[in-house]
Amino acid sequence: MAKLGDLAKLIRSKNAGSFWLTFDIMFDDEETYRRVIDSGAVTPESFAAIYKVSLDDIKFVNHDAARAIKISIPRPIFQGEMADADLYGGQQYGPLVEIEVG
Amino acid sequence: MNEIRILSPTGVIGSGFREESFQRGVELNPHFIACDAGSTDGGPAFLGGGVPHFAWEGTKRDLRLMMLARDKLNIPLILGSCGTAGGDAGLAWMREIALEIAAEEGLKFKLACIHSEQDKAYVKRRLKEGRIAPLHPAPHFDEDTIDRATHIVGMMGPEPIAAAIEDGADMVLAGRASDTSLFAAVPMMQQANMGLAWHLAKIVECGAACVVQRKRPDSVFAWLRDDHFVIEPLDLDNRCTPQSIASHTLYENADPFLITEPGGTIVTTDAHYEAETDRSVRVSGSRFEPAERYSIKLEGAEKVGYQFVIIGGVRDPYILRQLDSWLEQLLERFKERVVDLFGGDIGDDDYTIIPRVFGRDGVMGPLEPMPKVGHEVGIVFELTGPDRQIAHALAQTFSHLALHFPIPEWRGLITGLAIPYTPAELDKGEVYRFCVNHVVYPDDPCEMFRTEFEEV
Repeated sequence: MAKLGDLAKLIRSKNAGSFWLTFDIMFDDEETYRRVIDSGAVTPESFAAIYKVSLDDIKFVNHDAARAIKISIPRPIFQGEMADADLYGGQQYGPLVEIEVG
Repeated sequence: MNEIRILSPTGVIGSGFREESFQRGVELNPHFIACDAGSTDGGPAFLGGGVPHFAWEGTKRDLRLMMLARDKLNIPLILGSCGTAGGDAGLAWMREIALEIAAEEGLKFKLACIHSEQDKAYVKRRLKEGRIAPLHPAPHFDEDTIDRATHIVGMMGPEPIAAAIEDGADMVLAGRASDTSLFAAVPMMQQANMGLAWHLAKIVECGAACVVQRKRPDSVFAWLRDDHFVIEPLDLDNRCTPQSIASHTLYENADPFLITEPGGTIVTTDAHYEAETDRSVRVSGSRFEPAERYSIKLEGAEKVGYQFVIIGGVRDPYILRQLDSWLEQLLERFKERVVDLFGGDIGDDDYTIIPRVFGRDGVMGPLEPMPKVGHEVGIVFELTGPDRQIAHALAQTFSHLALHFPIPEWRGLITGLAIPYTPAELDKGEVYRFCVNHVVYPDDPCEMFRTEFEEV
């Protein structure tokens, strides 16, 4: 087992416009990228469980040329609304770092 | 072989770039220089309040170098989303900087300012005609929303920019524009391969963000040819690799393979990335699929109220172990105080108070999977009222109440918040929200944008 944070070269979250939030999990090499995909640890289902979001709302992409897994969801709170705590959406990836990969 | 050479000085003007990198790009003889000047990334305050995100000084430094290079090469210089939000206030701010530089340097040129701020009557007419459609997800949008909005802008495509250059503009200051359109306008005028041109635009609009190890904002150069394009960073210590270039379509983008523009979609599914040299990358196979209907995205901001903020820390283990109930009772007691103060003139609906508990779930709120309290927490209380006077009165009242709010364990007067500032109530100013995520279907790509020319 290893933590996703130890395997990825970069895990980040960011606004994709004011109404979407996007997560990038990027890898240095093909082997690690494939290992994480094949492990089944990062899937639309596992993401939906962590972020309490409906499966229908998740855009999930494996980008082979970039060796990256990309997940996008409608922003739980629109950017800049009074209740929004993360204007840039930059600190929403924390729980992904801790995901255990088999 | 046709070739269009493109210099992108930096991801956003005012954030800086190395002069040496930029000059190396100038020596490569670009056909145009383009740079983004704004974004919604900093939130609705910039559109709502008509204020810029970046400093006058930083913007002037970057713009001076670009204007001098433009003058030397006699090529178009294109800046879009001027003054951050691209409203009329932002455009006027950028124009003033440009004119100041022109006077200082003795530059002569034809300037085009393209306004993107929307007339409310026009937006209402298009709404009535059913020519405005929501994107997903979108806030409720009707005539009242349009009336309430302090500013509404349309995000232009490349057409108004190309029209301005065709009419002889040497320098284009555009209001709100898609970042890519700034780089797609000239290739479109020259009938370039637009699949490649749009994909190239998507990569270079962030300046040197597409390098392997981004150290600072900097310049990149691109060569657009008939069947491929090449991108190279202008700092010799920087490298692009096929992976770093492919990765760039991920950034701030919900779908890396399908990127929506006013006139269609950039499709990168079949794009092929290969190393041109050990520092540059060649891309081919990108496509552009024209949309059935041309659409212009609207952005709008409305005023929510006036806000004060109080920041306090809690270290008392007894308060921490009952933090939720302490906060609940505090907010309940505050509600009663508001009635005392305003005699019912200010009701529950007229103000909001939001406590954010940092050290527990201040960052993720209800999504936090581990909402544990540590040995201390920081609490940010936000009080928003209809105007400054009321918001200030609410904040003054709240901070005193919170400071001494009791818990059962301690008998006697307590001071339960460590407050680092005097006064405790920080004037946060006017608060805005984005009120639109919709598109307009215009008759013509230029109908929503008004261009003014002047000889400087």
